[in-house]
Amino acid sequence: MADAVLHLEKLRKSFGALVVTDDLTFDVMPGELHAVIGPNGAGKTTLINQISGLVAPDSGTILFAGRDISALPTHARAELGLARSFQVSSILPGFSALENVALAVQSRAGSSFRVLGRAAAEAALNGPAMAALADVGLAERAQIPAGELSHGEKRALELAIALALQPKVLLLDEPMAGTGREETARLVEVLRRLKGRFSVVLVEHDMTAVFALADRISVLIYGRILASGTPAGVRADPRVVAAYLGDEME
Amino acid sequence: MAVSLAASPARPRGGLQALPGGIFLAFALIPIVALLTGDTYLVSLGSRVMIFAIAAVALDLLVGYGALISFGHAAFIGLGAYAVGILSVYGITDALVSLPVALAVSAAYALLTGVVCLRTSGVYFIMITLAFGQMAFFTASSLAPFGGDDGLTIAARNTLAGFPLLRDERAFYYVVFFCLLGTYVFCRALVASRFGRVVRGAKENPVRMATIGFDVYRFQLATYVIAGALAGLSGFLLANATEFVSPAYMSWQRSGELIVMVLLGGLGSLDGAIVGAAAYLLTEEWLSGFTEHWKVIFGPVLVLVVLFARGGLIGLARDLVRRFTRG
Repeated sequence: MADAVLHLEKLRKSFGALVVTDDLTFDVMPGELHAVIGPNGAGKTTLINQISGLVAPDSGTILFAGRDISALPTHARAELGLARSFQVSSILPGFSALENVALAVQSRAGSSFRVLGRAAAEAALNGPAMAALADVGLAERAQIPAGELSHGEKRALELAIALALQPKVLLLDEPMAGTGREETARLVEVLRRLKGRFSVVLVEHDMTAVFALADRISVLIYGRILASGTPAGVRADPRVVAAYLGDEME
Repeated sequence: MAVSLAASPARPRGGLQALPGGIFLAFALIPIVALLTGDTYLVSLGSRVMIFAIAAVALDLLVGYGALISFGHAAFIGLGAYAVGILSVYGITDALVSLPVALAVSAAYALLTGVVCLRTSGVYFIMITLAFGQMAFFTASSLAPFGGDDGLTIAARNTLAGFPLLRDERAFYYVVFFCLLGTYVFCRALVASRFGRVVRGAKENPVRMATIGFDVYRFQLATYVIAGALAGLSGFLLANATEFVSPAYMSWQRSGELIVMVLLGGLGSLDGAIVGAAAYLLTEEWLSGFTEHWKVIFGPVLVLVVLFARGGLIGLARDLVRRFTRG
């Protein structure tokens, strides 16, 4: 427990009478891919939002690399090495794909208060950005404005932005949402290749992807963890099958 | 690889690459035209246009690149102008003192108010910048020792290290010219820099910028201070041009006019701010020659521009160039 890179302790959040995170305790080991599955409305995105700092929990603590980050703003958590993707693509539509990723590289490099020199022409920023784009198969599309990319390409771009941050922990909120079968397979392949470089919290509805990638799976229902364990263990758990997987696996 | 690494420009000008050169060439030639035609009024009108263009370019940094719609921009012009006026009351009439004071005062006011304003966004940001603008206006109106409502006449233009350089109308014109050129070049570099890219990114998607690790607030605050200081420069020049300062320089109507200038010319291009300032002031000059109710004519024209030329005059020109180069 002590060496978990991300540890949530008794996290609690309610919106009015609705408890979306209910005394949740959860951890992620270094290099581990920990998937969170559960029906719609189980509180998965709210959980990711609390970890990344977009939503403040009512109580509980979030430890990141041994440090309490519960009170830190979003940008400070990102600086510490906590990257995320969004369920609904959150990109800079007017910037090229390359510039979207180059901004992430720039953030890591610091010194963004530089007011001289054309940022768009800096090889030190564009080089690593191109590498991240190549990692997700978008190298050819680097100059296209992000807003004009296809849905699947935007999903890949989200991933490239997160990769460029070289995070310790990557929070992926339904990276396969709305992608076709082929694109899903490609994203799974990318994630499989990158696994182990950093820890991942993967929220996903695509069970094929989850069972192909996860080291550990936690099933979230009504803000509580119903079961947690290896993919094989979770798949065989009768409570999980009854509550969730029964419908999903058909 | 070398080809694919050449990133796209921040904002392609689309056929109008020669526009900045054209604008500054035109400004540089005005005194010569005035000399040939004997129309000396042209020189002071040109100075006035360029002085407001400096403030409009600064406002474009906020509105066009940062989506920060400041409705109190005129306050910073007024602060710069009052720095010149108040110092002259105490016998300090050299630009080596009054210019740094004008810049420092307006930058300081931008910093103090920006800390509060930038906690808000959208309509609230507009309202709170308006409120701080009005605060400066009413403070100036109540400064009885410095003219109060009536304003303050300045005995003579500032000297520059003791030389009465600014007192020659043509020399003053070129001082203003280089101030505008410097402002433009600085802002052009700023928006393309690492810093500027963060500001532009925050306009597109502030949540994304925070999740990749940028404290957007600090960048916006720095931009707000820069824009305030540049408006202070404009105010310093305005006080010297008119040899008079008045609370009217800071009125909310003035702030509104600056927004109209930027919109009229075209947001987020810097060129547009200069074109807009020129178009606004020249139209005012021309129409007010016919009638004092010139705004009755100007209002509908503005509505038409906003309705049919969303990119302002710059956008209109870009469309025309595209049509001609195709056809």
